[in-house]
Amino acid sequence: MTAAVQVEELVKRYPKQDRNAVDGLSFTVKPGEIFGLLGPNGAGKSTTIGVLTTRIRLTAGDVRVAGVDVMRDPVAARRRIAVVPQQANLDRELTPRQNLTFHAAYHGVPRIRRDELVGGLLTQFGLAAQADAKLDWYSGGMAQRLMIARAMMHEPAVLFLDEPTTGLDPQARLFLWERVRELRARGVTIVLTTHDLEEASVMADRVGIVDHGRMVAMDTPAGLTRGLAGRSVLDVTMTLADGDEMTGVVVALQTVVGVDRAEPLDSTSVRLALTNEPETLIGPVVTLLAGRSATVTALRSGAPTLEDVFLHLTGDELR
Amino acid sequence: MSGPSVEVVAGGVAARRAFLAILWRDIFVTGKELGYFLSQVTIQPLFMLLVFGKVLNAGGYVSDEYSRLFLPGVIALTAFVTALQTVALPLVMELSYTKEIEDRLLAPLPTYLVAVEKMVIAVLRSLVAAGLMFPVGALVLGSLPWHVERLPLLLVSLVLAGWIGAALGLALATTVPPAKVNMVFAMILTPIMFTGATQYPWQSLDSIAWFKVLTAINPLTYASEAVRGAMVPHVPHIPPWLCLLVLVGAGTALSAVGVRGFLRRTIH
Repeated sequence: MTAAVQVEELVKRYPKQDRNAVDGLSFTVKPGEIFGLLGPNGAGKSTTIGVLTTRIRLTAGDVRVAGVDVMRDPVAARRRIAVVPQQANLDRELTPRQNLTFHAAYHGVPRIRRDELVGGLLTQFGLAAQADAKLDWYSGGMAQRLMIARAMMHEPAVLFLDEPTTGLDPQARLFLWERVRELRARGVTIVLTTHDLEEASVMADRVGIVDHGRMVAMDTPAGLTRGLAGRSVLDVTMTLADGDEMTGVVVALQTVVGVDRAEPLDSTSVRLALTNEPETLIGPVVTLLAGRSATVTALRSGAPTLEDVFLHLTGDELR
Repeated sequence: MSGPSVEVVAGGVAARRAFLAILWRDIFVTGKELGYFLSQVTIQPLFMLLVFGKVLNAGGYVSDEYSRLFLPGVIALTAFVTALQTVALPLVMELSYTKEIEDRLLAPLPTYLVAVEKMVIAVLRSLVAAGLMFPVGALVLGSLPWHVERLPLLLVSLVLAGWIGAALGLALATTVPPAKVNMVFAMILTPIMFTGATQYPWQSLDSIAWFKVLTAINPLTYASEAVRGAMVPHVPHIPPWLCLLVLVGAGTALSAVGVRGFLRRTIH
């Protein structure tokens, strides 16, 4: 099966720069996948997306979207992709509906098919009632939705979303996530760049973390956080049985498989440093304490998030 | 290996469709704001005609003959300026602030054709504006110099006048930094408008040789002279074939600069 996106040893050096903006980047996105591209500012994400969307010429490497070489045949590549940029670039001389129909016309979608698609997409993106309003009245969230609807008008194989929910309120964000999942369900491959690590872990099937123009990690969000399993903790708060001592409890908890070490936080709680995911240890810990007639009153797990992975891999200095 | 693949053939069709759709978008938008467009392009030439062709004539400062030779110059100038305005400032905005053009840059056609389309719509709009100047001129001046057999020359001259305006607009919009564009336009446009033989025939400049030379390097001069040759052939003018030759040359050179600038601004 042809990969939806195939990037091999991509190098981009801008004129008069002494280092490569993208420096030997490789990754593949499978058809129907949601792929999240993460990285600090200036890591090379935007340049990579620019090359994939035919707006930036590569210096070296091989880049294909839906099987088409973007350097050799950018026109054919443009027929298979759609781009939703971070900054609104809607046509302000046209109404929202006309933005969709003209976009489809540029892509040679026959008029009948255009009219079929417009109604459905406007409804799906909650814009049917404002389809003929002035674009000036559109909020940031509405403009964002309209741009995604526009992108879908020529039924692309791959959709590029650049920071899709930056600046949106939580409702708009959830709405957008749902719509993006619907698009995937229809078989559209989605490549999204984001700074929002929660968004990446909720939305993406796989995540690639880019730094200094190279791919430093690539896996499912769960797989990436699992790599930091040794960093998760479980805080246990309990009421001890009469006559039991905290020191004894700590020693006993140390023997549970998956607990790296245990240390008392105060007279009623213990922090366990784990080598496994916290969920797998709740049972054994509660069982052990029940055996000593202690009552567990609270459990709080601190699993590493994608953010921890991100900071671990890219460092925490400001760029 | 077989012959050209289906994809290559379909690509050409896709590019042609995309080009026409983008052109239709611009025609559609022009139609939507037709009143605004027409008043924008006629207001300046209308007042020029009124003052230089009518008011000064009524006061006895200029002759009827001057009014007649001034009209073709105004028509050429209208075509040139309308085309330049259609491309230049909107393109500066689209490339830097509104990013409106991006949707067209991602359409399935070679990027240079997006620039070519800009020039085509500019020429079409300039023809409408120049065309409007004929009834306006007739109304203000009371008559219209007219030579049926020279209509083809008139049409070709106006197309070329629009083309050099459009190409110059494209070149300026893509090479001047957005922050400086207002200043550059003021610095360039006024000298071009006044050294373009629109208000005087070129051959009347014999007594001011330096100005005659200056005028000769302005492509607008050849547009004015060609339109004058078509409308008032009895007034001494540069031979039309020479005008057309220079206009084609200038149009080609400016277009090359403009398209190259456009590609540099849109593909990194």
